[in-house]
Amino acid sequence: MNQLDLRKKPRPGEALVQALLFLAGILSIFVTIAIVYELGKEAMLFFNDPDVTFAKFFSMTRWQPGIGQYGIIALVSATLVTSAIAILIALPLGLFSAIFLSEYASLRARSVLKPILEILAGIPTVVYGYFALLFVTPILKLFFSGDQLQSYNMLSAGLVMGIMILPLIASMSEDALSAVPRSLREGAYAMGATKLETSVQIVLPAALSGIGAAVIVGISRAVGETMIVAVAAGAGPNFSFNPLDAAETMTGHIARISGGDLSYNTIDYTSLFAIALMLFLVTLVLNLISQRVVNRFRERYE
Amino acid sequence: MKRQNDHFPTGDAFYSSLRKRYLTASIWQTAFFSALLIAIIGLTALLYNVADGAFGYVAYEYKKDPATFTSIPVNELTRDDLQAILKENLSSGAYKKLDNEQPMAERSQSDLYTLFLERLVQIDTQATWSMTDSIFHGGEIRAEVAKKYPNATLEFRSWLTPQFLTTPMSSKAEFAGVRTAVLGSLWLVGIAIMFALPVGVGAAVYLQEYAPKNWLTSIIQTNINNLAGVPSIVYGMLGLAVFVRTLEALTSGAAFGVTDSNGRTVLSAGLTMGILVLPLMIINAQEAIKAVPDSLRQAAYGVGATRLQTVWYHVLPNALPGILTGSILAISRTLGETAPLIVVGASTFITVDPESPFSKFTALPIQIYNWTTRPQPEFHSIAAGAIIVLLAMLLTLNATAILLRNRFQRRL
Amino acid sequence: MLMENTYAIETKDLSIHYGGFTAVNEVNIKVERRKITAVIGPSGCGKSTLLRAFNRMNDFVPGCHVSGELLMQGQNLYSRNVDPVEVRRRIGMVFQKPNPFPKSIYENIAWGARINGFKGNMNELVEQSLQSAALWDEVKDKLQESAYALSGGQQQRLCIARTIAIQPEIILMDEPASALDPISTLRIEELMQELKKNYTILIVTHNMQQAARASDFTAMMMIDENRSGGVIEFDETKKIFTRPMDKRTEDYVTGRFG
Ligand SMILES: Nc1ncnc2c1ncn2[C@@H]1O[C@H](COP(=O)(O)OP(=O)(O)OP(=O)(O)O)[C@@H](O)[C@H]1O
Ligand SMILES: [Mg+2]
Repeated sequence: MNQLDLRKKPRPGEALVQALLFLAGILSIFVTIAIVYELGKEAMLFFNDPDVTFAKFFSMTRWQPGIGQYGIIALVSATLVTSAIAILIALPLGLFSAIFLSEYASLRARSVLKPILEILAGIPTVVYGYFALLFVTPILKLFFSGDQLQSYNMLSAGLVMGIMILPLIASMSEDALSAVPRSLREGAYAMGATKLETSVQIVLPAALSGIGAAVIVGISRAVGETMIVAVAAGAGPNFSFNPLDAAETMTGHIARISGGDLSYNTIDYTSLFAIALMLFLVTLVLNLISQRVVNRFRERYE
Repeated sequence: MKRQNDHFPTGDAFYSSLRKRYLTASIWQTAFFSALLIAIIGLTALLYNVADGAFGYVAYEYKKDPATFTSIPVNELTRDDLQAILKENLSSGAYKKLDNEQPMAERSQSDLYTLFLERLVQIDTQATWSMTDSIFHGGEIRAEVAKKYPNATLEFRSWLTPQFLTTPMSSKAEFAGVRTAVLGSLWLVGIAIMFALPVGVGAAVYLQEYAPKNWLTSIIQTNINNLAGVPSIVYGMLGLAVFVRTLEALTSGAAFGVTDSNGRTVLSAGLTMGILVLPLMIINAQEAIKAVPDSLRQAAYGVGATRLQTVWYHVLPNALPGILTGSILAISRTLGETAPLIVVGASTFITVDPESPFSKFTALPIQIYNWTTRPQPEFHSIAAGAIIVLLAMLLTLNATAILLRNRFQRRL
Repeated sequence: MLMENTYAIETKDLSIHYGGFTAVNEVNIKVERRKITAVIGPSGCGKSTLLRAFNRMNDFVPGCHVSGELLMQGQNLYSRNVDPVEVRRRIGMVFQKPNPFPKSIYENIAWGARINGFKGNMNELVEQSLQSAALWDEVKDKLQESAYALSGGQQQRLCIARTIAIQPEIILMDEPASALDPISTLRIEELMQELKKNYTILIVTHNMQQAARASDFTAMMMIDENRSGGVIEFDETKKIFTRPMDKRTEDYVTGRFG
């Protein structure tokens, strides 16, 4: 007679699959560790060079490791200028577009307009680089004289970067605005508010943290963007805050130097890792902040 | 409560204040719409700019007059004529080399004609004009060419031709093509998929179906979200340090008997791309799995299925279209990413097709970058041509994803 | 004029359609000034639709349109030259779920007054409104705190307070107490009795006792064979609950419906 047997049965197949899946899941942690380790290791070699000091790294205004000049500021300045221009363009335009899409556009209009933004977001950045160098720069030349505006310049790269980030900020902000419950809008309308008053004074503040997250992600994108600046901003570090000047960002510098024939164990090689490590840390902090902000926003409305 | 109606504007006063509010409202509404309009204009300008570069007038001269090679008018030359002319005028070494690449007898008329122009006549581009200029200032261009380049031929051409797709790189823009680059990009996509698809889906299944709600899981999740925001060039540095340098023996193929290569191979680049798209792949696959209703899982457990059976027979099949859509979108980044490829060492000038994972390679965006940054305008034109090819490939991928998504939505 | 003094608002053959579907069909009621009128009826019979038509909230629902007339002091609120923003300022609304703005308690009340051009003393207005909504004592020490920190019942009274602050003539309430506990519900009912001295109130409710207890007039709604809702009986609440004319009303109010 069969006895009822409820003991746990070993299922080796299941366990194996689960182990494999766990490995796949944990792999991303190893990727992060590998990034930190590899960047950190080479950056350490860079900073261990007797000639390199933190003081020099953060205070010198020229960058040319080959001849003992290690001022990261010369690269950071260009990153700051191009990113600032980009955000100055992308934040108002992106936010306004988002308000239009979420508060004003009809369903039909939105179903046409949103995909256009998605197309814009999907275009590879090297194409934006082409656009910056061969379309925007020539147009800028109509407004500035030749000795004011260099043919590679941060303004053109920044403007185009702004256009590139715009759809990202627009679509994230639109998500935040649409997540604001309809009852809030109805409450405002029932008080005799116009559409503008409702959108700007009630809905927008309610979505502010989501929009903040979008802006932070946008900044992080701008800081990490490489191809537009590599093509259009200039090929050579230059400590300048004049957008009309040519200058090289951190990313642009990595791309140019590593694109040439680079031999391992040189100061040129290790210095790139020091720059990349800085880049990684800056974007990491920005991304962490934005996730925090988004999560808090979610908790409020879900 | 006492009424204070006197403190609220009434009658005409209210209407005039309301008119003001409506005026402000319409001004701002215009501003909101204009912002979107600017974005659309930006997109239009970009696409127009590419088309503008890819078509237009070119003025070119022959370094040597075709008449010195043959008495037959050039447009009447047959395949055999061309082969004879080439054999006669090229040095025997050069002819042999060409014959080795592809036997001359098997080459088509247009192929031989290109060789004739490239090697013997030697076309020399004097000037190029954008599509807009060519259309609206045709007369002035013709006059200018007649004055400045009296020997030049003026021709309206598309830089994007069937030949452009099938010929490899060349140092002369007129004869350069994207064949090597397109193949390189396809290799990259292939390798990236082979790595990122299984790992990405596996990780997503683990996180959605298996992972307990604990600190480790939440670290993994946060970490994935963060990795998705790491600049692509940082992945390039990772690839350079790990795949190109540390694992050189494997990625160069030295461990498998390949000798003529270093770590800067299509394998290294493909794996770098795979790691780069992995976070996005995981996030997209998670979304697809999340969309499978819980009732389905409970139904499966209810009839005594194990967790694996539930996942394998119920969750995955239902999530599959969503996973595929998300994966295609993630993988399409592989086609457009440039910076990491520069860092891991894509070759900018290479004429042989990639044939194995251990081949040197170039990719479409690398060519676009390289050609865009050259000073000669004819290279800008072929850059525009290459951009059109790249956008067309991306469009194909995205259209596939959208079709899949639509089918998926209809079924649910 | 006498008529103006008796009726706050009246409908003439008012029908409301969602696209091709007539949700509410030819309603004719006269709502008395400074009285509480309850709207009752089974779910889906168009109570909310009708109520929202009174201050043109349905303008925001795509495809929704109205035929017939809605008269306030002889003016059709749906005629072309009437401004919906002005209508909503005169006819306030309290919703089923409390929906305070994500601002401070003070700002929740001041905002509506400010956009409507209020020129008087704002602090006074905030205090008076909160007092009228029987909330002042509970919040007077935390006016600058977020309105989200209040309980559901407090939030609902805050929403009533902010509606009073713009001094409408009519207040519409769509099941204002359905998300609240019995004690908060009672407080809202007491509040309504207080408010009725100055305001005309229209309230949708599923709670028969509440309708019987709190209202002066009752409109009974029911769907017809086309699934369109309509008012089948409109009378003094006493009559509706004791000697209804319509058999369906009797069944519904005595719970024998269905
Ligand atoms: N936005 C809308 N679009 C289309 N039809 C709608 C919409 N809102 C309501 N309806 C329909 O109109 C009818 C009346 O709905 P309404 O919400 O007014 O009912 P109700 O009496 O308030 O019900 P309840 O007591 O459940 O709140 C229903 O058949 C409903 O399906
Ligand atoms: Mg209702």
